[in-house]
Amino acid sequence: MSADIISTVEFNYSGDLLATGDKGGRVVIFQREQENKSRPHSRGEYNVYSTFQSHEPEFDYLKSLEIEEKINKIRWLPQQNAAHFLLSTNDKTIKLWKISERDKRAEGYNLKDEDGRLRDPFRITALRVPKLKPMDLMVEASPRRIFANAHTYHINSISVNSDHETYLSADDLRINLWHLEITDRSFNIVDIKPVNMEELTEVITAAEFHPHQCNVFVYSSSKGTVRLCDMRSSALCDRHSKFFEEPEDPSSRSFFSEIISSISDVKFSHSGRYMMTRDYLSVKVWDLNMESRPVETHQVHEYLRSKLCSLYENDCIFDKFECCWSGSDSAIMTGSYNNFFRMFDRNTRRDVTLEASRENSKPRASLKPRKVCTGGKRKKDEISVDSLDFNKKILHTAWHPAENIIAVAATNNLYIFQDKVN
Amino acid sequence: MGTMFARGLKRKSAEDGEDVEGGLAGAQAMPSYSLQRQSLLDMSLVKLQLCHMLVEPNLCRSVLIANTVRQIQEEMAQDGTWRVVAPQAAGRAPLDRLVSTDILCRSVREQEGERPAPDAGDGHTPDLVPGLATVPSAQALRNPQSSLWEVDSSRENRGGFQKSLDQIFETLENKTSGSVEELFADVDSSYYDLDAVLTGMVGSTQSGHGSGLQAFSPATAAPPSSSCRSDLGELDHAVEILVET
Repeated sequence: MSADIISTVEFNYSGDLLATGDKGGRVVIFQREQENKSRPHSRGEYNVYSTFQSHEPEFDYLKSLEIEEKINKIRWLPQQNAAHFLLSTNDKTIKLWKISERDKRAEGYNLKDEDGRLRDPFRITALRVPKLKPMDLMVEASPRRIFANAHTYHINSISVNSDHETYLSADDLRINLWHLEITDRSFNIVDIKPVNMEELTEVITAAEFHPHQCNVFVYSSSKGTVRLCDMRSSALCDRHSKFFEEPEDPSSRSFFSEIISSISDVKFSHSGRYMMTRDYLSVKVWDLNMESRPVETHQVHEYLRSKLCSLYENDCIFDKFECCWSGSDSAIMTGSYNNFFRMFDRNTRRDVTLEASRENSKPRASLKPRKVCTGGKRKKDEISVDSLDFNKKILHTAWHPAENIIAVAATNNLYIFQDKVN
Repeated sequence: MGTMFARGLKRKSAEDGEDVEGGLAGAQAMPSYSLQRQSLLDMSLVKLQLCHMLVEPNLCRSVLIANTVRQIQEEMAQDGTWRVVAPQAAGRAPLDRLVSTDILCRSVREQEGERPAPDAGDGHTPDLVPGLATVPSAQALRNPQSSLWEVDSSRENRGGFQKSLDQIFETLENKTSGSVEELFADVDSSYYDLDAVLTGMVGSTQSGHGSGLQAFSPATAAPPSSSCRSDLGELDHAVEILVET
């Protein structure tokens, strides 16, 4: 698999920056161009702003295993000064990166020449004040903190707390709490590792802090459950405050029921009143006040239900799709196969399937809705289930925090779509 | 070899005939639910073995597969309780169509009540199967006493399965990933050989992801890493001997 397969996509808090991480450990940040005043209807485009190598492959000599450099998640910190900060993580190590601009250069030093050579101090007869002169914009990324050696298992999530001082990192069996300033220790707040590993039947799949309540976080499991924890109740949050699980329909049980119930992503709404979970075939919206069942269930690709055995055989059933909310929480989006992604409008209850591919769409043209034919006669422009390309999976998508601009990662290509301006 | 396979099937269908309306017509040529369940079990065990040798295996995936294996075991142990007959009457699915996507994906309700789906015999069943098809024969050849089709043996094997699962998690825990053989070091040799055979068969078929469902067939997992391949290469030789018997 090539190193430029995108493995995570994330807008920053203002939406002006969009970060992507890839399998080769690189981070590429795009910046939205300032809108052109002379053409008020043209929206800002995203262009490359900074590229840097965040993680390198490592070798764990104790276990004789490679540690992949693939970036699993990127999360931005809220901006506090001119520089931008983000957290990026691979399976084992989290790094805090500072991205800063330099567009001025000091000229006229006393102790060195313009080319940097040191001047002989005895030859200096007059002093001058260096002047700042403009230069071509340079964007620098530098690692400010490295949070290592806290995870035995593979990190699947990081989440910045609303206090802007702490963040959590979750692996398959544990969740740790960090202070952004302190790298040599973290606090373990969830541990589901059984004493006897032979008894292991459930793992943590995702975790996130509540957007406003800095003591609350949730984590999802491979058994389709979500636990909400309150850090005020105890230091070790092994006991949850709330437990979200939809009872299984016994008549639809098959050998694959558990696998498809495994939650691959959990996201709070911006409002903090709801959360969304993604399992293999559907997206569910939960009211935090109701643990017994979701308030909405949206089918992503129900036509795959009869193909689960094949999808198990080729491992596609283990694909981890992410999901995201629109800025106003009125719509949700998630990916599927064949470079399709799905958007659901929660108010109108309408949904649409779109495709991210160069062949099927021209720049600036509207995307045409796609339809999968599930049986019977295939209409023109429909695609049959058996023709879907299961290697073209859209696992990572992101929605601009304020506008209707979306970023969709299709293998090693990034697509950015926005609402058409009338 | 073929006779033993067919005999096993006939025996099963005689047991089923009492339970089910309509019986199993042409059971000799039709893959039964038990066979397909067995195939799923075999496939799952192969998946657990074919872990990446260089990188730590995905724990979530391993846990989900192991749970699936346990479920199948439990059901095999209570065999006869809520099992189903393959409702499709459609002629003769060839013996190599063991892993039919349709039956295993259907819920209990669908299987009991509704009409068979027409696509049971269609092209999108995996071709991985030619390898798997010979396995039960090989198994039967090796262990004529503990035929996989009998409930008793499933209990015996369950001990072996449980042990294998424990081995796998022990291995993950200790992170001494080593070679495939290590995962099943203590399991009795006949069981180990079944896995070796399966691994060998899988390794020798063309692997890689197809772009459509029809092309899924050969791949059970990501193509084995190079160190896997050398192990599989040695096993290929053993497999050839079995197949040609």
